[in-house]
Amino acid sequence: MSTINQSGWKPEMGSAGDTGPATYTGNKALMLEEALIFEIGTSGTTGVDLADAPKVTSRLGNLARHRDIGLPGLSEPETVRHYTRLSRQNYAIDLGFFPLGSCTMKHNPRLNEKVARMEGFADVHPLQPVETVQGALAVIHDLAHWLVTLTGMKAVAMSPKAGAHGELCGILAIRAALTARGDARSVILCPESAHGTNPATAAFAGYAVENIPATSEGRVDLAALKARLGPDVAGVMITNPNTCGLFERDMREISDAVHAAGGYVYCDGANFNAIVGRVRPGDLGVDAMHINLHKTFSTPHGGGGPGSGPVVLSEALAPYAPLPFVDKDGDHYRLVEEETTGTHHGASFGRMVAFHGQMGMFTRALAYIMSHGADGLRQVAEDAVLNANYLLRSLEDVLEAPFAHSGPCMHEALFSDNGLAEGFSTLDIAKGLIDEGYHPMTVYFPLVVHGAMLVEPTETESKATLDQFIGAMRSVAERAKSGDPALKSAPHHAPRRRLDETQAARKPVLVWREPEQAVAAE
Amino acid sequence: MRYLPLTPSDRQAMLGVIGAQSIDDLFVDVPAHAQLDGPIPGLPNHASEMAVERHFSELARQNMTASHNPFFLGAGAYKHHVPASVDHIIQRGEFLTAYTPYQPEIAQGTLQMLFEFQTQVARLFGCDVANASMYDGSTACWEAIGMAGRITKRTKALLSSGLHPHYVSVAKTMAQYTGDTLDIKLPELSAQTDSARLLAAIDGETSCVVVQYPDILGRIEDMSAIAAKAHEHGALLIAVVTEPVALGAIKAPGDMGADIVVGEGQSLGVGLQFGGPYVGLFACKEKFVRQMPGRLCGETVDAQGKRGFVLTLSTREQHIRREKATSNICTNSGLCALAFSIHLTLLGEKGLRGLAELNHGLAVQAADRLSQIAGVELVNDAFFNEFTLKLPKEARPVVRALADRKVLGGVSLGRLYPEADALANGLVVAVTEVATKEDVETFAAALQEVLA
Repeated sequence: MSTINQSGWKPEMGSAGDTGPATYTGNKALMLEEALIFEIGTSGTTGVDLADAPKVTSRLGNLARHRDIGLPGLSEPETVRHYTRLSRQNYAIDLGFFPLGSCTMKHNPRLNEKVARMEGFADVHPLQPVETVQGALAVIHDLAHWLVTLTGMKAVAMSPKAGAHGELCGILAIRAALTARGDARSVILCPESAHGTNPATAAFAGYAVENIPATSEGRVDLAALKARLGPDVAGVMITNPNTCGLFERDMREISDAVHAAGGYVYCDGANFNAIVGRVRPGDLGVDAMHINLHKTFSTPHGGGGPGSGPVVLSEALAPYAPLPFVDKDGDHYRLVEEETTGTHHGASFGRMVAFHGQMGMFTRALAYIMSHGADGLRQVAEDAVLNANYLLRSLEDVLEAPFAHSGPCMHEALFSDNGLAEGFSTLDIAKGLIDEGYHPMTVYFPLVVHGAMLVEPTETESKATLDQFIGAMRSVAERAKSGDPALKSAPHHAPRRRLDETQAARKPVLVWREPEQAVAAE
Repeated sequence: MRYLPLTPSDRQAMLGVIGAQSIDDLFVDVPAHAQLDGPIPGLPNHASEMAVERHFSELARQNMTASHNPFFLGAGAYKHHVPASVDHIIQRGEFLTAYTPYQPEIAQGTLQMLFEFQTQVARLFGCDVANASMYDGSTACWEAIGMAGRITKRTKALLSSGLHPHYVSVAKTMAQYTGDTLDIKLPELSAQTDSARLLAAIDGETSCVVVQYPDILGRIEDMSAIAAKAHEHGALLIAVVTEPVALGAIKAPGDMGADIVVGEGQSLGVGLQFGGPYVGLFACKEKFVRQMPGRLCGETVDAQGKRGFVLTLSTREQHIRREKATSNICTNSGLCALAFSIHLTLLGEKGLRGLAELNHGLAVQAADRLSQIAGVELVNDAFFNEFTLKLPKEARPVVRALADRKVLGGVSLGRLYPEADALANGLVVAVTEVATKEDVETFAAALQEVLA
């Protein structure tokens, strides 16, 4: 047992795999099985009491619906129980440690939820006259001010709906700027370690994607990048801090070289949490960067969204920002919705979404930002980096850390699966951690490391939590190195054992059908 | 700092384990010129929970809310009563603070919910399959146009003039970069849609026809003829539904031959929220499933043979396919999809039909009442819960004048089509179950006064 982890609480465990006798219901005390709404609901049941409809002559044309829709209903108590039971089959930050690298699963303050639900924000329509929504526009304007100030940039596009949508916004702004100067360029450069959304975004915007090589240190190879730059390169997409958890030391040189070659620099801001309040991307020559409000600024992930991806823009790209956006004239907030309103917005590349973006996420993010303030946000970055380095140094003797020699890590620590027993892989460690009561780290990303395990603790975890995790991770890693067969079939204690993903993809069953229909459809 | 658990002595102990003298040692890779010495000037420092809450309360008070005023706005976002249990359930930490269900053994709650959601959406739209949701209706609409291009290997999309102008704008933005051509036209203040134009324009180069149902003016029309003509020429029909409650009263687009049906799910469970987050709905015929964008949840079994659910067909997606993915979309709108699904489960078939009937009945009464006002004309023949009035003067200032009288009286076409003089007198009015008889009377009286 390592001396590092002595303060980590280690509960007395029962014997692994002892699940007791089978039960009649299939339930196991608090672990409750739940059928689908289609199996328990009926078309005649409803959990909503409605007023009687007035008797009128229908104006539905000839389009009145006759065929049943096939929607089961549940009464209110059944509904609450159904979803409550489902909820208990989920892991969540509220339950425990969620060290998912690159995803920044930090605590979600409930104040954020409270302010987002204030009627003045939650119960206003996006097309109300602007005079009736001045307070809502003020929130957008205030958040925009924080984002441009924290990043040292010129402007921010608030409407992108998520990180990948923000990437698209940035790349479209680059393309618009190039088009405006009559410069048709065809290539975007991305490091191999980039998020999959980077190449997908560039391709969607009509660019060919080429890889930028990395050094053995895990950073962008500046010399190789410079050698590739030329009149066909529209820009580069670089994640900084990068997905190996390292700061790109040469970022300023990269930006200068790209600019000198006539291109633009997109920075994937997924990892902004590591530097917020300490480093401004604008000082590094970045032209566009999305900010995942659900990562750095604590809006809830909600089981896969909604996200929000405002994009900060440099002076060079600001004129091409998408519509709409909020402007302030004296004390009055204006919403600029049309390309022709105001000559200085005439170069906008257009609209990316209906309405004005993820207002419900803006209120939450602003509440978080104001709670921390400029001083607290700096502490956020420092604690996030401190926690990650603590994990890295506490685990590097049991798991290979391929870039541990490359300098301190930033917000996340990267390990590989080298040194595990024959037949054991990263997946087995991930599933073993599930039995230990953790959500696994990010696995098999970035692609540049074999069997990558990317561990991001965030700043909202205590030292005691980290110490217990270190103990668990060391234990699971040792089992994977010694070839413990029980680990191959983990998890043993989750609501489900390993699921057959191959079958799911080979014969996709994406909707529920009555059992006899399901057979007929085979 | 209430969200940060590390104590000063923790930090010191941890730096010791790391072998660092101070936190600055961990930022050595940041060049000195980019390091900030202290908090960024000009921004306030941290604030208590109470102070932040007071600040937001003050801003919230400056907005006129849908619940406290007669309210008749629609045009792609609708006010419906959302049962209290919906918001209670989505605030459970196990849903709210979960991640994308990539580790299915500990995410069956989210996955089963998504499987139920997909089934509900597919049935509501009259389609075979649906995905686990998109950002919103407008982006779902654009993704559908892109998908039709991949399926037909053609680039010409025909957009109905009744498609929401924001959806048209999003498609225009994207088309600049993808090489698609869009055939678009402004709507006319008439009971007639432009289906004749669409029918005439479909040819062997058309990838898809995009029709909103009910459309931006609230008009509803059978799409079967367009579907038939499109299919005859190897093109697809994409139907767009911005008010899913309508499908409790009118035929599903899939039943009229639509190949892809997309929509905005906001009106069930989600609420207005000043425009977002909302939830994009996306459904299609089974044969097109491998060309769909976004996440899909599928049924399978675990190692002990128990039914379970996983995200599937991810070989379409960016994290596997990178630049060859069907879309760059990464996230979905999971929590809003949950709200939608819970609300629809509470309603059930019976409740949705009842709600739709109630909306339609109230809208018919309101349309009749408002069109009695001198100079006000009802544009629509057929509609569900939203209709267009032609006013004797420009509608945009009328809407502002109504707001001064504490009535949120619809969306002017001047707001939606600022350049189109022929539409300037149009006012789109939505009437849902939240509008009382008194609200309609207050609206009618205020409108009469403003028009006088």
